[in-house]
Amino acid sequence: MQARIRSARRTDEVMTVVFYAVGGFFLVLILILAGYIIINGLRSYYPGIFGTTSSGIGNQLFNTVYLVFWSLLISVPIGVLAGIYMAEYAKPNKLTKFLRISIESLSSLPSIVVGLFGYLVFILMTGAKWNLMAGALAVSILSLPSITTTTEDAMKSLPKSYKAGSMALGATHWTTIIKVLLPACFPRIITGVILAAGRGFGEAAALLYTAGQSTVINWNNWNLTSKTCPLNPFRPGETLALHIWVMRTEGSLNPNSEKIANFSAAVLVIIVLLFSLAARMITKHIGRKAVGEKA
Amino acid sequence: MSEQAKTKISVQDLHLYYGQFHALKGITMEIPEHEITALIGPSGCGKSTFLKTLNRMNDLEPNVRIEGSVRLDGADIYQDMDAIELRKRVGMVFQQPNPFPKSIFENVVYGPRINGIRNKAELEEICERSLRQAAIWDELKDRLGKSALGLSGGQQQRLCIARTLAVEPDVILMDEPTSALDPISTGKIEELAMQLKKDYTIVIVTHNMQQATRVSDRTAFFLLGDLVEYGDTQELFSNPKDERTERYITGRFG
Ligand SMILES: Nc1ncnc2c1ncn2[C@@H]1O[C@H](COP(=O)(O)OP(=O)(O)OP(=O)(O)O)[C@@H](O)[C@H]1O
Ligand SMILES: [Mg+2]
Repeated sequence: MQARIRSARRTDEVMTVVFYAVGGFFLVLILILAGYIIINGLRSYYPGIFGTTSSGIGNQLFNTVYLVFWSLLISVPIGVLAGIYMAEYAKPNKLTKFLRISIESLSSLPSIVVGLFGYLVFILMTGAKWNLMAGALAVSILSLPSITTTTEDAMKSLPKSYKAGSMALGATHWTTIIKVLLPACFPRIITGVILAAGRGFGEAAALLYTAGQSTVINWNNWNLTSKTCPLNPFRPGETLALHIWVMRTEGSLNPNSEKIANFSAAVLVIIVLLFSLAARMITKHIGRKAVGEKA
Repeated sequence: MSEQAKTKISVQDLHLYYGQFHALKGITMEIPEHEITALIGPSGCGKSTFLKTLNRMNDLEPNVRIEGSVRLDGADIYQDMDAIELRKRVGMVFQQPNPFPKSIFENVVYGPRINGIRNKAELEEICERSLRQAAIWDELKDRLGKSALGLSGGQQQRLCIARTLAVEPDVILMDEPTSALDPISTGKIEELAMQLKKDYTIVIVTHNMQQATRVSDRTAFFLLGDLVEYGDTQELFSNPKDERTERYITGRFG
């Protein structure tokens, strides 16, 4: 007996060290990668790099944020509703099984395939030019499965007693979902949204033939129907990730191409970091308001 | 028990099936108003199942089939009543305290809120009244904005009772409300139940024979889906008519 306890304790110690080592390894890996990209990027800074001319990335930066905004606007409501459906309404039958397989396959589609699909459906079939909205739709297709799955998992992991408690007070199923279940899984859904947004920020292949590789914005033109208005989502809208790629290929004629690519990469990493931080802070704030401060 | 007590809930030949499984086998029972009715019986005999037929919480389970009738103040709850409306009149307290992950205040006013009450002052008044009724106002009044999840089990259970009272039901169903609690909290809940019967009709499931004798006016003994014996609590415990009841209450069974 003694020996067994001793060996169990030894295993426990060894495994603790292993877990710390693995965790530490990834931490170091990320620090090195992010550090390299950020330092290398910031060293490429030159005045005017945030500008909106061909030697600046101002437009691309704006497009990136704007495209992610639209893609979240599309994918979050649909994904969350689909997740609610899967968790609360779908009967355990063949159709549901099929749906689940479809969602899983969708989540592992290569983004270039989604990009070409987007090109076919949103550009060729509609007869439109490259546009930011087509890009946002393509990115939505990529992020929908993860938002759906996160929402479904979060709802399913809640204690059954929440639902019973609410229904026993005379709430309808839908009221229960909106007032109790959804708020209770809010933090996890936000995590899913952060991942989806991260995907949007970094996406290139899906945008190649949808949002396009060019952007012409007139920052004095606020007529929404105009092709050069910044807020018109139906204009070509090259994003930062794509810009990096372009600067390393066709765009390499630009004398500053390498600096632009490096700097863009750093900016992109920083945006994703800031976005995650902000989203987490908002979640915490809302969580505290909804859950009530811990007693 | 007073002889002239009015019947609040009348159950006639109630059968319940979970798929093929016959869980309740023809229960007939009159539950009097403003009294506490205790349901006892060995584990798995159908006490919770029976309790849940009284506010149609079984509707949430798949593959449940119900025959027979349950009448609340004369109206058939399965034929003439909407389940949502019914549950506002027949509240339920569960075995495990189940506060929502919200503040204490939001937990109590959840029911009134979903019934459309928006006025802050009114909600505050309901909150105070319900917490007082549940004998927990003094303990909680300074921390209404704090999370209900931070309370002790006994406090959570009384909070859940307050949450049920806030909806102003006629009947309160309690499914082993003290089985997760220590003796002191248990005592508080029992005292509370006896206070509440002035205004409410209470049906309580319990595994604790002493609890049944302490709090209830009437007791029903269930066994394998049958209602074996039902009557005045004193009578049933001191002079059981059925041999199975006697074996159970003397602890020789189940
Ligand atoms: N959702 C369900 N589906 C199938 N069978 C069920 C379901 N709920 C309960 N049962 C079965 O019905 C019978 C009665 O269960 P019930 O929960 O009513 O017992 P109980 O008297 O409350 O027991 P306990 O004292 O352990 O709580 C049991 O045999 C149980 O296995
Ligand atoms: Mg039970």
